[in-house]
Amino acid sequence: MFKAQVDVMLRPAILDVEGKTVENALRSLGYENAGHVRIGKHITLKIEAESREEAQRIANDISKKVLSNPVMEDYTVSVTEIETAEAA
Amino acid sequence: MKIGVVVFPGSNCDHDAYWAIKHNLGINAEFLFHKEHDLKGCDAIILPGGFSYGDYLRSGAIARFSPIMKEVIEFANSGGLVIGICNGFQILCESGLLPGALLRNRDLRFISKFIHIRIERGDTIFTGELNRGDVLRIPIAHGEGNYHADKATLQRLEENDQIIFTYCDPKGNVSEDTNPNGSQLNIAGIVNEAGNVLGMMPHPERACDSVLGSTDGVGIFRSLITAREEVAV
Repeated sequence: MFKAQVDVMLRPAILDVEGKTVENALRSLGYENAGHVRIGKHITLKIEAESREEAQRIANDISKKVLSNPVMEDYTVSVTEIETAEAA
Repeated sequence: MKIGVVVFPGSNCDHDAYWAIKHNLGINAEFLFHKEHDLKGCDAIILPGGFSYGDYLRSGAIARFSPIMKEVIEFANSGGLVIGICNGFQILCESGLLPGALLRNRDLRFISKFIHIRIERGDTIFTGELNRGDVLRIPIAHGEGNYHADKATLQRLEENDQIIFTYCDPKGNVSEDTNPNGSQLNIAGIVNEAGNVLGMMPHPERACDSVLGSTDGVGIFRSLITAREEVAV
């Protein structure tokens, strides 16, 4: 059993209005040194697969096809093996 | 002539579209449930506005994989007429039937108000009864209507004359001031390259009855009906 963690972020070229709003709030709180806030999604899923490579391939496939939209988002995937007991 | 209106879980303009087609335009209309695999012989399909699947993940992202979308995509790819309104536009972009994507509105706010759009082409299936330069007063109601595409895609849209509606002022002037949501090139509606699939953020179905304050949406549906009936004759 494997656990996949997927991060989906707006592409750098796209203005993240939500991040920008949070950034403005930080400014008004006096955090002058913090900026460039970007907001995305963190998605976890469990995958049954024979090998890490297979799990990685499935996770990439899902990320590309469903979890992200390549027009506006990039994704990163990390896969780790977990105990079956942990998965249940 | 029969127009199908797809009902996804979370659609909320399906009845408006059905009413406009059936009662304001006097054409047969039929609901098509998202779990079905049958377009029931409809001559055109409307993907209505709303929040299909709660807009989970991304607006339109889950609806795009609904059972009926397989048929809608095949229908569109074989030249069938499809209109996506608001959430329907988002679904068409997610499904790849139209290029680009709809991002959060520039100012983050959900915008619900009457706006004006300019007809950029009067010679499409969806605008045949209208003229280039005509201005329609139609409502928008969306939080994610900010049209985005990469440079190459925008260039293709312009070269192929695929931009058919742009946000403008009551006189038809298009500028940054008349852009409600930050859409690139003030895009309010586009067609695919073949011209049989239309996606638009404004709601023509909410502007087909004088009771609602505007009948400017009629021309779009009327154009589609005329185009279809001409083919049938």
